[in-house]
Formats: sequence, C-alpha cells, structure tokens
Amino acid sequence: MIVAKPKPVEEVIESVSGFDRILLVGCNECVTVCEAGGRKEVGVLASALRMHFMNQGRNVQIDEVTLERQCDREYLEEIRNRIDQYGAVLSLACGVGVQFMAETYFQTPVLPGVDTCFMGVTEERGLWSERCQGCGQCVLARTGGICPVSRCAKRLFNGPCGGSTRGKCELSKDLECAWQLIIDRLTELGRLDDYEELAPIKDWSTERAGGPRRVEREDVRQ
Amino acid sequence: MRLQYPGSVRIVSVPCTGKVDLIHIMRAFEKGADGVYVLGCMEGECRYESGNLRARKRVDKARDLLERIGIGGERVAMYNLSSSEAPRFVAYAREMTERIKKLGPNPIKATSKKHKAAGAGAA
Repeated sequence: MIVAKPKPVEEVIESVSGFDRILLVGCNECVTVCEAGGRKEVGVLASALRMHFMNQGRNVQIDEVTLERQCDREYLEEIRNRIDQYGAVLSLACGVGVQFMAETYFQTPVLPGVDTCFMGVTEERGLWSERCQGCGQCVLARTGGICPVSRCAKRLFNGPCGGSTRGKCELSKDLECAWQLIIDRLTELGRLDDYEELAPIKDWSTERAGGPRRVEREDVRQ
Repeated sequence: MRLQYPGSVRIVSVPCTGKVDLIHIMRAFEKGADGVYVLGCMEGECRYESGNLRARKRVDKARDLLERIGIGGERVAMYNLSSSEAPRFVAYAREMTERIKKLGPNPIKATSKKHKAAGAGAA
C-alpha cells in the first residue's frame, strides 16, 4: 500500500485558514490502513479544525466525507453535486488522490492533509517500512523475494558493499543490509547459485529517472 | 459507602476504557465539555489485557492535539483505579474538577456565545 503520515495540525490550519467553507475528504484505501486519512482521521481532524476556528471566533464550516478511493474518477464523481459549495477541499488521500481530485475539480483549491511517504508494509501497528519503488522492472525472482532497489541504500545488484557489517547497513544499526537478507533467504531456499550469476545492467528508463510514467494496455482499454 | 463527588462530573460508561476513541474526546470538547477524564482499571489488570493502555495513548494524543489547537491539553486526563476504590474515585473527581475550575470554561463556549450575540445584534 501507499504509506502516508498526517501533516502537523498547525500546517493544515495554516493551509486552510483563508477559507470559510471546507470539505474534508478521506480515502477508504491505503491511508485508512496506515491510519492517516481514513474516516476516523477525517472525523478527528474536522473536529480539531472546527474547534480551532471557533476558538478564534471564526465561523468556518467544515464538512466531512470519505470516498472509496480518490484515485478513480467514478468515486470522485460522488462529490460533484456539492463541490461548488466549498471554497476548498482538504484531501487526506495520498499525493495521487490529491492530484486526481485537483484535476477533476479544476476550479476548487485542493490541499493535502497528509505527507505521502512510500509504498510499503505494516510491520506492526504504528510501524511501516518501504518495500517497493516501482522501478518498472521487477527483479524479485532473482533476489529471493527481497528488493535491492528499495531496501539497499545504494540500490546494488550484485551483492553487498563494504559498508555491510553483521547484517546491518552502514546507514543505521537499525537498518538491515538488503543483500544480507537476500543471501540468507537464497541459502534457506537452496538457491545460492542464483547469487553467483551476474545481474544484467538494469534499464533505469522504466524507473522515475525516465520521467513521468504511464501504463497503457490495449487488452483492457475501452 | 455513600460518598459525594462533584455534581459537575457527568459519567459516560463504557464496557472498557479501550472503547474510548480520540473522536469521543474531541466531540465532547466540541459540544462544550470543559474537561474530560478517562477512568480505567489499574494498568496490568485489564480484563481485555490492553484496553486501559490503549486508552492512555488516546488520552495522550487528545492532550497533544487540544494543546496544538489552542483549547488546552491540561483539560484531558487519565486515571487508574480498581472498581472497589470508591474513595479514590471521589478523589480523582475532585482533583479533576479543581483543575478544570482553575483553567476556566472551555474557550470555545465563550467565543461561540460572543459570536451568537454579535450575530443577533446584527440581525
């Protein structure tokens, strides 16, 4: 999933302070799972904002809605008949949702309520970590299911660097060396021969370095 | 034991303090409560293992958020006691009531009154 974290409430207050009618829009997908922008978080933030403005003697209307997704047009359409009532939308979706909302409702300012961080997993409640950088050319089959692009600080493809010490990365004692993990898993799977094979030079043009990307599939396109 | 506790305290009973969510505390303030305290079982003695520990985290979160938005974090508290400790129940109710009296009423009540008065004047 896409992992995000709530913006500090002071930053949100500053960004919406110029508006008198605000629609706070949550998203039922990734940001709900990482407890940053689901229905619950929408309720708490809306309540906090209402109280803040009430305390300042300002009458700011803050309404709440949580959509199934904000990265699909059909769900964004659900607010079309009410969008004109608001001076701004405060979206608690990831950066993708915020942008698609802004594209869909071109004349309404759309502001982000979360900081989008990465594609990752819930290791435990309250702890998320990165697993994929969407490089566009998956190498997990050769690396024991552990990604050297997202989990190795240097994105190395043929074993660890000299900074790997006792299984940890030189960046931090809390950070596992991805290549240690890969070797451990290949050993466990009895496939250490895979490690001996030199990885071909990676085509980075499918990664972000090649500019903004898109996937076009004629088989499913209508 | 028939002990008296301050009449300003309104009790909302829940099956376990683990049921208390951040939004419940926020809504209480939004509706004009001057203070909120959560009274849970002793730590380590939760029938559901961690209900009271979760509640404490949510109270901490509420305190932080209310401080940041200018309502005042000191208006929220968490206390722990056993169900048979009536005198302690009263002591906590008094302690909290005293604290809130010192802090004064929920600031949004004053401003919303002013707001309404101004609105009525203009009409």
